[in-house]
Amino acid sequence: MRLRSIAFAALGFALFVGTWHLLTLGHGVAEVAGPWLTMVGIGEVMAAGHLWKNIVASVFRVSWGFSLAAAIGIPLGILLGWSPRCMMTFNPVIQALRPISPIAWIPIAVLMFGGHGLLSADFSAIFLVFLASFFPIVTATTSAVGSVEQKFIRSARNFGVEGLPFFRRVLVPAAMPQILTGLRLALGISWVVVVAAEMVGVERGLGFQVNDSRNAIRFDHVEAAMVVIAIIGLLLDSGMSRIESAALARRGMSRR
Amino acid sequence: MTTKISVRDVQKTFVNDKGEEVHVLDGVNLSVVEGEFLAIVGPSGCGKSTLLNCLAGFETASTGAIEIDGEVVRKPSRKRVFVFQETGIFPWYSVWDNIAFGLGDLPFEEKHEIAMRYIRLVGLEGFEKAYPSELSGGMKQRVEFARALAVEPDVLYLDEPFGALDAFTRLEMRREIVRIWQETGKTCILVTHDVEEAVELADRVAVMTRRPATIHSVLDNPLDRPRDPDDRRFRELKDSIFEILGVERRV
Ligand SMILES: Nc1ncnc2c1ncn2[C@@H]1O[C@H](COP(=O)(O)OP(=O)(O)OP(=O)(O)O)[C@@H](O)[C@H]1O
Ligand SMILES: [Mg+2]
Repeated sequence: MRLRSIAFAALGFALFVGTWHLLTLGHGVAEVAGPWLTMVGIGEVMAAGHLWKNIVASVFRVSWGFSLAAAIGIPLGILLGWSPRCMMTFNPVIQALRPISPIAWIPIAVLMFGGHGLLSADFSAIFLVFLASFFPIVTATTSAVGSVEQKFIRSARNFGVEGLPFFRRVLVPAAMPQILTGLRLALGISWVVVVAAEMVGVERGLGFQVNDSRNAIRFDHVEAAMVVIAIIGLLLDSGMSRIESAALARRGMSRR
Repeated sequence: MTTKISVRDVQKTFVNDKGEEVHVLDGVNLSVVEGEFLAIVGPSGCGKSTLLNCLAGFETASTGAIEIDGEVVRKPSRKRVFVFQETGIFPWYSVWDNIAFGLGDLPFEEKHEIAMRYIRLVGLEGFEKAYPSELSGGMKQRVEFARALAVEPDVLYLDEPFGALDAFTRLEMRREIVRIWQETGKTCILVTHDVEEAVELADRVAVMTRRPATIHSVLDNPLDRPRDPDDRRFRELKDSIFEILGVERRV
């Protein structure tokens, strides 16, 4: 079964690369480069030594932005899902801000944190990643808490489990599967957004590498960066999905 | 024989999502004796669960009074535990943690002793580390009984506790609940749509009318346990309940 799915995936990739090759037949590095030139380009950017620095910069920004969003978004979502008053107060604002693409925030971010300089560039990218993942996390957590089965809540009350222990022992674990799904979604969006955020006013990161290579009219290097972005995106997603299924398989909180 | 639970003129009206009033209970009167096994049967949707939720303190009656041991029921309490249909045990906790859930801040050794005692009572030795997803439906229901019993309540509320089980497991669990009831002497109130189940288990069977519901009548069940469904008197009692329910259906 596993072998079968690998074989089919390989076929899909072969078709994709083949089409790519045919569409870019005879192109040089100043045009949309073909798969072979891109492969060579990956070797070149790796050898040039910038690649690791850029990967580290992007992953660093995503880690911070995403973690901050989770650290604020999950508690806020729990509050909104649990208290109808908080929901009525804050949810309309959140839903109104949510459709604004993080990209549209770039000017504000640059204004708030300054455009250039090592740290400030990090801050604005982190801020944008934060925005991108915050809204899906809050929304998923709110709906997760809202759909916790009544019998779990009633059982807890029946056994006199209230206050903080109620949240820790009943509400949060009951909502956890849906929260984790929200986190995975948010991480995907974060990775998409960090590259866009790095296109302006930044001197490091995979987004910067894309932009920089374009300015140098080296489209083989642009595409090399794109391939790296895809690979890391896949790794992040499979890491998150592994965490998710490990948490769900047993749903275990017990230590004994 | 002391009265454990007394229900006087309880009415319950819900307001549904559309803002309409739904009159569910229309003056229910009932009294339950300490240590008694009472079954409540009635047409589907008549308000059996609503009545049980009021008794447990999950819902409050619109008018009337519910007293347990002479005190008005205002909120849920560990002294009276609810057993849910399709089990309310927590999938994220092991059997041990589920059963110890209601034991509060007792020291570990004490918790462990109590949990293991009830794990043995319901016959789940060796499964204390298992998670609910690894158990069969009947075993999950046993965990829920053990969790309820571990806090040593006076009263058990059972809302169609065997409704989600297959026919064979259901028969087995009926026998099990009678044994547990005889061993522990709790007051049990069982809501069921299965008349045979009611007659097999209960000392008395309360039959409810359609909505807005009252208690039509309460039938005594003097048969000795274990009861044989093929016994003539068993069948007669069953038939008289069906007759009451049938009359109600024709109204
Ligand atoms: N929270 C609620 N809001 C509005 N209506 C409700 C609410 N809870 C119950 N009802 C209504 O009250 C009536 C009785 O419901 P209840 O669940 O008590 O019936 P039941 O006898 O237990 O039914 P069943 O045999 O199907 O379990 C139903 O018509 C139901 O729609
Ligand atoms: Mg019901």
